[in-house]
Amino acid sequence: MCGIYLDYQSASPVDPRAREFAERYLTREFGNPSALHAVGLAAKAAVEEARAKVAELVGAEDPSSIIFTGGASEANNLALRGTALRNAGKGKNLLASAIEHISVLNPMKDLKKGGFELSLIPVDGNGIVDLAALESMLSKETILTSVMYANSEIGTVEPIRETSDIVHKKGMYLHVDATAAVGRIPVDVQKDGIDLLTISSNDIYGPQGAGALYVNPGLKIQPVLFGGGQERGFRPGTENLFAIAGFGEAARLAAIEMDEESCRLKAIRDGLIREISKIDQAYLTGHPAKRLPHHVSFRFSRIEGESILLTLDAFYNIQVSTGSACSSRTLEPSHVLLAIGLKHIEAHGSMVMTIGRYNNPDQIPLIANAVSKTVQRLRELSPL
Amino acid sequence: MAQIGYSKKVMEHFMNPRNVGVIENPDGYGNVGNPVCGDLMEIFIKVKDDKIEDIKFRTFGCGSAIAVSSMVTEMAKGKPLEEAMKITRKNVADELEGLPPQKMHCSNLGADALHQAIKDYWVKTGKIKPEQQKA
Repeated sequence: MCGIYLDYQSASPVDPRAREFAERYLTREFGNPSALHAVGLAAKAAVEEARAKVAELVGAEDPSSIIFTGGASEANNLALRGTALRNAGKGKNLLASAIEHISVLNPMKDLKKGGFELSLIPVDGNGIVDLAALESMLSKETILTSVMYANSEIGTVEPIRETSDIVHKKGMYLHVDATAAVGRIPVDVQKDGIDLLTISSNDIYGPQGAGALYVNPGLKIQPVLFGGGQERGFRPGTENLFAIAGFGEAARLAAIEMDEESCRLKAIRDGLIREISKIDQAYLTGHPAKRLPHHVSFRFSRIEGESILLTLDAFYNIQVSTGSACSSRTLEPSHVLLAIGLKHIEAHGSMVMTIGRYNNPDQIPLIANAVSKTVQRLRELSPL
Repeated sequence: MAQIGYSKKVMEHFMNPRNVGVIENPDGYGNVGNPVCGDLMEIFIKVKDDKIEDIKFRTFGCGSAIAVSSMVTEMAKGKPLEEAMKITRKNVADELEGLPPQKMHCSNLGADALHQAIKDYWVKTGKIKPEQQKA
């Protein structure tokens, strides 16, 4: 049986068109963009072309507001550390939603050691950030608020425009980790009012090893890595030319194809949610409507998520993900599932499917049947 | 090299677990773990002539928790009780060709459940006092 891959959020195949476009930069046009000779200048032009394409995808007017990084985690680190350290004179308070990715929460926790204060904005049972709480938590001391565009574990899309209005009314800055959202739903730094935006290459079918941070030209940040003057001094090191060029091409393609592709994925998503909901004691996690178009997440009572993942993989060649503690390195349940109010035992039974380019509606009954059989099998083993 | 993922043996037991189920009116019953931590297993034994004549288990937990339960029941089946008491967590992990380091503690509860079931039988038959069951 042919495999069905449903874990696009953790890794996506590179778009063959993006690979073909970028391949020349591995072999023929391999120059160092900092070199002043013709080969270097061609490489520099490739980086600038990619920058313009990524800027266009997220509505950034000035391409120079895009800083290429080694990935989304690095972009998050640069956004948070770079802003906090540069603006430390204005205040020490940092805010983040309770369901941010660990590459947002961990740099913030590290900043705490350096004298910053971190407060977590609660979310409701669907994972929507509590705007009233945000408003009450903002103080004169708050220099940066971080709220993700959409959550990769529960699929919930956050009210970014409203969040931005609240943050800006108080004259503060907003960082948005849009790793899961860009290329799937419209993200526009101007319309959404975003000061710092994290973008991932692989999430839009670009090569791994590239990401970007949009920085509002009015906002001052400082570098967190030091070396040469690449990326206006904010990201030293010779550019990952292949990954950046592929990222740019993937961004161009995403801008053209996103609407149609998301529409297609949404139909598959809704079919999966409809069918899996029929399983006894299966509960959708995350918002039922304000949801990423490719995201299906459930929890099942009386069974454990890693066992679900392994059974689907071993018996049905279907690849999914889980927020279960047992599959994490720390053996702690997902902070996202706890933040939406699940008990530990409920969080153990989580399953996340993220669909993509190579899924089709014909797979819906196959997947739903495999999940149903898997749940039944594990429940027969379970003493609960 | 650090082990990545599960051994073939673990996956084999996970996919074809032995001795799954319940024994009605068991001679001994053990139950360890905590669903809050993500692993809970129970073992039922039937004893004849001081040997484990039959053994069944049910487990809520990850891949290794299920494989460990299956393996320990296979190791204990047919053994004299005194010998089965000597099966350790390490023996079970070794028979499974190793477990990932972070799983050694939390999901390697099979030997504990087995020991509890045997002690439960000994308490019922008066060989040990109830307070010795926990030891």
